[in-house]
Amino acid sequence: MIRRLIAGVPARALLLLGVLFICFAAAPWFVGDYLLTVLILILYSAYTGQAWNIMMGFAGQLSLGHALYVGLGAYTAAALYVHFGLGPWIGLAVAVPVASLTGAFVGFLAFRFRVAGVYFAILTIAFAEFARVGFDHLGWTNASSGLFLPVAQYAYNDLWQLRGHPVMFYYVLLAATALAFVFCRALLKSRVGYFWLAIREDEEAARSAGIDTFHYKMVAVVISAAMTSFAGVVYAFYYNNLFPEQVFNISRSIDIILGPIVGGIGTLFGPILGSFVIEIIGEGLRSLLELFGIDVPGIKQVVFGVVLLLVVLAMPDGVWPWLVRKLGLTERRA
Amino acid sequence: MPIDTYLNVAVSGVLTGLVYGLMALGLSVIFGVVRVVNFAHGEMMTIAMYIAVTLFSVLHLDPLVMLVPIAAVLFAFGYVLQAGLINPFIGRPEHSQFLLLVALAIMIANVLLIVFGPNAQNVQVAYSFDSFQFGRLIIDATKAYAALAAIAVSAALFIFFRSTTLGTSIRACADNYTGALVVGLNVNRLYALTFGLGAACVGAAGPMLLLIFDVTPAAGPAYTLLAFVIVITGGLGSMPGALVGGVLIGLTEAVAGLVFTPSAKSMFAFAILVLVLLFRPQGIMGKGAA
Repeated sequence: MIRRLIAGVPARALLLLGVLFICFAAAPWFVGDYLLTVLILILYSAYTGQAWNIMMGFAGQLSLGHALYVGLGAYTAAALYVHFGLGPWIGLAVAVPVASLTGAFVGFLAFRFRVAGVYFAILTIAFAEFARVGFDHLGWTNASSGLFLPVAQYAYNDLWQLRGHPVMFYYVLLAATALAFVFCRALLKSRVGYFWLAIREDEEAARSAGIDTFHYKMVAVVISAAMTSFAGVVYAFYYNNLFPEQVFNISRSIDIILGPIVGGIGTLFGPILGSFVIEIIGEGLRSLLELFGIDVPGIKQVVFGVVLLLVVLAMPDGVWPWLVRKLGLTERRA
Repeated sequence: MPIDTYLNVAVSGVLTGLVYGLMALGLSVIFGVVRVVNFAHGEMMTIAMYIAVTLFSVLHLDPLVMLVPIAAVLFAFGYVLQAGLINPFIGRPEHSQFLLLVALAIMIANVLLIVFGPNAQNVQVAYSFDSFQFGRLIIDATKAYAALAAIAVSAALFIFFRSTTLGTSIRACADNYTGALVVGLNVNRLYALTFGLGAACVGAAGPMLLLIFDVTPAAGPAYTLLAFVIVITGGLGSMPGALVGGVLIGLTEAVAGLVFTPSAKSMFAFAILVLVLLFRPQGIMGKGAA
């Protein structure tokens, strides 16, 4: 199994990967509270980006509404916790089926009727928006006034209840990101993975080669939705408050996909690297503006937009494929 | 509730829907010809709305009177945008175009925030509270004028695309890119022209909507989404479809706002979109398979 996963990967790439993981694992001892929250954000977006990449990067289905699955995961776990005192892991056990079924529903409607490309993307936005407005009026989750998880001082980190110091969330997300990375590698090297790539490159050709494209596209959306809902559960217990206006907002969906697009769509490392790049640009700009004493609301986003524009102009495939060429790592675009 | 109320709300929804339709027409024209989904559509409309607000507050110019100059400004904006920035992205993958236009949308929204501040702004014209009464039917003057202007602009656009050489050339590009190149059309220039026309649609729709709604720098994404919903409902690439879709969505939102609650009205617009995608993916007026 492991041999198959690392087959064809150059030794220096494995070494770099190991060093990177050790750096991440050791990071909490070396960074302050502020930097830790930045790292948590990076891991969160790397994980969600990886989950999204399964749909777009592997199977070629552009989803612009992944906030839907984050929100469903977050709301399911939080509501079970608030109403019945059920912990996050039980919540996850409910959230995953909820998100998967929703994903399957969206996928079924779209793929059954051959809704593809831009139409599919807009259908996913529509479902996320539908959920946003719906949850805004759902009394059980406190509608638009927001759902709050009880917060108290915790003497120790309770992993079972996901209550404790940000360092705990950091490691939870680190484990999730690492597992997602390995899982995606395994998917890519599996039969399903090859079918996805065939569908992504040419759906008609894939169908005529005997691949049940409907079935495998469904598999992609269900796996992606299930993985994304876990991020939602962590989101709920990390922030302790949920507002439909925020969780389901289209900007959240855009945040999820910026990482993989900037990093390199369809690559395993793209979502991770892209999240880094995005977060570093964002935080770097913030510090830079602070340094110069510029305090105009909106200016950071304007510069962010300019940088995004330059990245997409200069590196249309994303940063990772460009870096691979520079570093001489031969893992090809998956 | 008396039937009159429903009728009044329905008529007002149809009138607003016509302006929505003009906004969506811009998106439809751009997608139909250039094949780029303009994710900055709503943001471009907020530019037009802020120009109208500024002209009104500084020079007391009526937004409807200034409609043509504002549309011209947006036309120039769209033309330069397509010629300078978007053109290299023709034929690139959708997610690449998406990123480009999202970056643009973020920049527009935040430049507006820096210049105009976060507060909602609107205009109060002399006829803001006027209305026409036909029997028991009462129609807001602002909505009636805005809808008439929307019909006029749309009609001008229809005539342009049907009856002028330039309009026919643009339709030729949309039908057959290679063929257009073969017969010697300057496709890049026609694309820029089309994007300019699409932008001019929101340039005209913006001042009209300003008579009906406030504007904030963050209003863009909601309008972009609305335009998507309308265009897909009506049929992507069909010009009459955009207007029909606009009226349908405007009507749905108005009635849903009355029967349920105004804050839930967009849910019904999305529900219509889902139904259309399911049973008629090419849209109400669309031709052929999606």
